[in-house]
Amino acid sequence: MVRTYLLLAWTWLRASAQYPVSFALMTLGSFTLTGLDVAGIWIIFEHTESLGGFGLFEVMFLYGTSGLSFALADMLFGNVERLSQHVRAGSFDTMLIRPTGAFIQMATDRFGVQRLGRIAQAALVLGISLPRLDPPWSRMWMVPLMVVCGLVIFTSIFALGGALQFLLTDAPEVANAFTYGGSTLTQYPLSIYGGELVKGVTFIVPLAFVNWQPALYVLDRQDPFGLPYWLRFVAPVAALLLAVAAALAWRAGIRRYRSTGS
Amino acid sequence: MSYRPIRFSGAPGTPHGAASQRRIIRCPGSAGRGKSEGCPDAPRRPPLLYLRIAGYGFRRHSAYRAAALAGAFTNTVFGILRAYVLIALWQARPGLAGYDVADAVTFCFLSQAFIGPMQLFGGGMQLSERVRNGDIAVDLLRPASLQVWTLADDLGRAGYLVLLRSLPPTVVGAVLFGLVTPEDPATWAAFTVSCLLAVVVSFGWRYLIALSSCWILDERGMQSLSIVMMMFFSGMILPLNLYPGLLGDIVRALPWAAIVQVPADVYLGKHDVTRALGFQLLWAVALFALGALATRAARRKVVIQGG
Repeated sequence: MVRTYLLLAWTWLRASAQYPVSFALMTLGSFTLTGLDVAGIWIIFEHTESLGGFGLFEVMFLYGTSGLSFALADMLFGNVERLSQHVRAGSFDTMLIRPTGAFIQMATDRFGVQRLGRIAQAALVLGISLPRLDPPWSRMWMVPLMVVCGLVIFTSIFALGGALQFLLTDAPEVANAFTYGGSTLTQYPLSIYGGELVKGVTFIVPLAFVNWQPALYVLDRQDPFGLPYWLRFVAPVAALLLAVAAALAWRAGIRRYRSTGS
Repeated sequence: MSYRPIRFSGAPGTPHGAASQRRIIRCPGSAGRGKSEGCPDAPRRPPLLYLRIAGYGFRRHSAYRAAALAGAFTNTVFGILRAYVLIALWQARPGLAGYDVADAVTFCFLSQAFIGPMQLFGGGMQLSERVRNGDIAVDLLRPASLQVWTLADDLGRAGYLVLLRSLPPTVVGAVLFGLVTPEDPATWAAFTVSCLLAVVVSFGWRYLIALSSCWILDERGMQSLSIVMMMFFSGMILPLNLYPGLLGDIVRALPWAAIVQVPADVYLGKHDVTRALGFQLLWAVALFALGALATRAARRKVVIQGG
C-alpha cells in the first residue's frame, strides 16, 4: 500500500513539474498564504498582550502544532476532498476498477509538493515559539505525540468529509467547514470560544485533542473551562476512535456509491 | 494533429464582425429552427445584450443551488470562528481602531458575506478554463467585447450569490451575536452602490489574473498568488485599520481595500461616503482600463491549444 502510494504520488509530481512557472508560483503561494495566518496573529498582538489569557508565543505554539498536523494531513490525504468532482465526472469509476484501493488513489490524486511550503511554514513557527516558551524537558515528549495525533485526527476528518461527499455530491464545500474550519479553530486558544462550542469540539468532534488539551499539559496551564486533568492524555484514544469512525464511514460511502453513468 | 497552435492575428471589430452581429446572437431554443425571420426578441443594442448576458449568468449559477448553500454554510461556520477571535481582541482593547465589539463582529460577518459575490477566493470566471481548453477561440470571434461580456456574466453570478451565499451567514450572525444595522436609508443606498463597485473592482482584478493564462497557460499559480492578495489586503484576515504604521497606510490605498474594507466601512458609517465611493470608482476604472489593454494584447498573443 505504501509502495503504491509513493508510486502514484511520484507520478503526479512529475506531471505538475510540466508547468514549471506555475509550479514555483504555487509553492510560493502556499507558503505565503499560510504565512498570512501568522501575519494576522502578529497584527493582533501588536494591539494586545494576551488573547484569551494566552501570550504571543503560546498562541504561536498552538498555531505551529495545529498547522503542522494539518499541513501533513493535507499533503498526504487532503486530496480526498476532490471526491465529488470525480463522482460527477464519472472518473471515480475508473479508480474502482483499478487493482488498488480507491482511498489511496484519491489521496494521491494531483499530489503536489507545493504543500511542503505549508509544512515548512508551520514547522518554522513551532521552532520559533518552543525555545521562547522553554517548557521543562520532562513534558516535551508530548509535542511529537500531539503532532502525530493531530495528523490522525485531521486525516480522519478529511476522510469523513470525503465520505460525506458520496451523499452530498453537489455540495462538497460542506466538508470544508470541518477540515479547514477545524484547522482555523485550533490555531487559537480555545479559551476565546464559547463554552458550548468547546464542549462540542472536545466530546463530539475531538478537535480539542489536536493541540489544545495536550498543550495545556506542555505549558502546564489551568483548563479555563475546568475540564478534568486526565483529558490532557487521551489524545491518542480520541484520534483512534475518530479514525475508526472515518474508516467505517468511507466503507459505507463506497458501498452505497452509484455511478452517474456518464 | 494535436497540439498545433492556431495563432490569431488581426484586430477584432472589422466590418465583417459588425455586419454579422444580428445573425450570431440567438435567443435560446431558436437555433436550428431554420425560420428566416430569426429570433423575434433578439437584443439589437449592446446594453440590452449585456443585460441579457447578466441574466444568463444569474440563471447559470442558479443551477448550482446546493453548492451555493454549502458555501453559505461554510462561510457561516468561519464567520462564527472569526467573530470569537475579534471579540477576544476587542474585549482586551475596547474601542480599538474606532470600532466597538458590535462593529467588529458586524465587520466579520459582512466580510464573510462578501466571499461569494466578490469571489474573494479567486476564480469564478470560466475564462482561464476556456483559454486552456481552446474555447477562447469562439469567444474571440464573437462580435461583442470579451471584457464587457465577461463582466456582465460576472455581475449575474454575483447577483445570484448575494441571495444564496451572503444572506444566510448574515442572518445567522445577527441571531447569534447581534449585528449593527444602519437606520438611515441613505446609508443602505450608499452600501448597495459600494457593493456593486466592489464587485466591479474584484472583477477587474480577477479578469487580469484569468487573462494571464494566455501567457502562462496554467493559471493555477497566478490564482494562488491572487488569493494571497485578496485575503490579506482586502480586510478578510483582519480589518485593515488594525494594520500598523506604514503597512496600514499602503494597504488602505490598494485596490483590494475597495473590495471588502470600504463597503463594510460604508455600512458601519465609518467612512465619508463620497470619498469611499470615489476611491472604489477610481480603482474600478483603472483596473478595467488595464483589462482592456490586456485584452488587446491577448488577442495578438493568444495561442489556441488544440487537440
